[in-house]
Amino acid sequence: MLKVKVAKRRDGFALNAEFEAPAPGVVALFGRSGCGKTTTINIMSGLLAADSAYVELDGHVLTDTAAGISVPPEQRRIGYVFQDDRLFPHMSVLRNLRYGLKRTRAPQRTIAFDQIVSLLGLQSLLHRQPYQLSGGERQRVSLGRALLSQPALLLLDEPLAALDAARRDEVLPYLERLRDNLSIPMVYVSHQFDEVLQLATHVVLMDAGHVVAHGSLSEVSLVPQLRAIVGPDSVGAVVDGVVTGVDATCGMAELRVGSGSLNVGVTSVRIGERVRVQLLARDIILATEEPHGLSVRNRLRGVITSVVNDEDDARLVTVDVGGATVLSRVTRGAVEALGLRNGMSVWVLVKAVSTRGHAFRVGAG
Amino acid sequence: MLAERVSNPAHDGPDYVALGRLAFADDDFAATRDHWQSPVAACESPPHTHPKGYARDAAMHLTPAELDALRLSLSVAARSVLFSLPFAVAIAWLLTRGRFAGRWLLDAVVHLPLVLPPVAVGYVLLLVFGNNGPLGGWLRNNLGIQLAFTTAGAALATAVMAFPLMVRSIRLALENVDPGLEAAARTLGARPFDRFFTITLPLMMPGVIAGAVTAFAAGLGEFGAVITFVSNIPGITRTIPLALYTAIQSPGGDDQALRLAILSFVLGLIGLLLAELLARRTRHLLGR
Repeated sequence: MLKVKVAKRRDGFALNAEFEAPAPGVVALFGRSGCGKTTTINIMSGLLAADSAYVELDGHVLTDTAAGISVPPEQRRIGYVFQDDRLFPHMSVLRNLRYGLKRTRAPQRTIAFDQIVSLLGLQSLLHRQPYQLSGGERQRVSLGRALLSQPALLLLDEPLAALDAARRDEVLPYLERLRDNLSIPMVYVSHQFDEVLQLATHVVLMDAGHVVAHGSLSEVSLVPQLRAIVGPDSVGAVVDGVVTGVDATCGMAELRVGSGSLNVGVTSVRIGERVRVQLLARDIILATEEPHGLSVRNRLRGVITSVVNDEDDARLVTVDVGGATVLSRVTRGAVEALGLRNGMSVWVLVKAVSTRGHAFRVGAG
Repeated sequence: MLAERVSNPAHDGPDYVALGRLAFADDDFAATRDHWQSPVAACESPPHTHPKGYARDAAMHLTPAELDALRLSLSVAARSVLFSLPFAVAIAWLLTRGRFAGRWLLDAVVHLPLVLPPVAVGYVLLLVFGNNGPLGGWLRNNLGIQLAFTTAGAALATAVMAFPLMVRSIRLALENVDPGLEAAARTLGARPFDRFFTITLPLMMPGVIAGAVTAFAAGLGEFGAVITFVSNIPGITRTIPLALYTAIQSPGGDDQALRLAILSFVLGLIGLLLAELLARRTRHLLGR
């Protein structure tokens, strides 16, 4: 369990954030640039002093300003992957990787050098100097270096932000492998919702120095404040499902979501795998009666749990579809014409191709 | 070229034409004109004559006394750099990273030798480190170290004069070290001294080397502070600039003076080129 409570004032900006998160897994600190995400993890790492702070990891108090406790960063066993990779320019990749490893005690060494080198594909880079590496390679080395310091917690400060789209796609799968293969809790700072969708198990939504919401990704995806951060077109419920059928010829998979099932356009998944899809609110159609003769592949029966203003002429409707929740964005006119209101039974129509990008695998199990 | 010039034997006093003639500092005579001349020196080097009188290529070769001066200059400069380098790094660190009340004062004191007359610096050293000075007496009585009128003293005077040069160069290098890298080392478990020696110092090495070589080259030529503090004793404190001064002050010492001047010029040039070369090499090793 990770418990964090931080407060810091700095010319015109006040950070006052508090959250808890289950320790194994990836916690995403998500919010716009300048909302205090990086300041929060800097305080967690001990590199930055807070006005008041309490940081506890698995029962160990690392910072408690009230009790005068502040473990120095070098003794916290918190790995930190910086946005700029911060590789030591005067050392080879090998020496960079070993820097943290050499400074751990033998009994703490549970992450093996060879394991990290193979997980991150670093074998061919070991004898190069940092300036001979591409941006993506540098960030992979930086990840490996932090992990080899045998951290009890890994902080990642927008590790992909400095990379172009191609390099990001190169590094992201490695992050997924780390999440799935190592049981190190991670706090991942990002302002890219795609990355959060792909990596996070838990989300802390921040805005202007405050935590707006925190919980599982599915829960946070329903929070109205998210709209202002990701933009109206990226709003949509995130649902986790288990693959129950695969149609490789059509590139479709059937997922069990709550009590219903959903056909989505994903490839390269296996039956039994857990996957995550985001159902974009703008693509979800609501019907008051069971529709027939439509091309839409997915029909889920549900009950409206809320109708809120999205913008002047649109409403966000939340529908419980039996264990899962989806969001639909409809016009004000439609809400009035159909008489949509809380507690009303509706049919939710989801086009199979309207799931965002691709489905993200969450864990191997 | 120089050797082809022929001297005019009839010429009195400073003989600026006699560049080809092999001449030595006439210590007996020079002693009467040289206020800084140690009494020991006067009887140490007897007037010396070359077996062949005039040698056409003599200007190319250094006499034993000049070689002594060269050896002394190199030794004094090297000792001054080795002695002051750790202090220069420490002071540069304090001035760049330190947060304490008297920082501006330390900064000013370190830079004083740049603006003070070197003779004044030498005089202060004489007062403090002289055999009867507070520190000099203590060193002599407790550690058996004598600084006044010794080569070690020449190295001290040289070190004090070159210190600001060294500190400036190291400080500039330290200011360019990215504190983010030190923070990264911290998160990887490196404690303060560990961080300094594995990250900070290697990264500021180009500046340290450039500072050391510049200080060395400048140390080869330190005159005023040295002659004031440790006098002008052949074989002990008579470095190239002191030998040059002595030669200029001596009748018939002109070609020796010219050789020593050229030697200084060559050494200085080599020093500066070396500083640049080493800085480039280390920068390359750092991957920049």
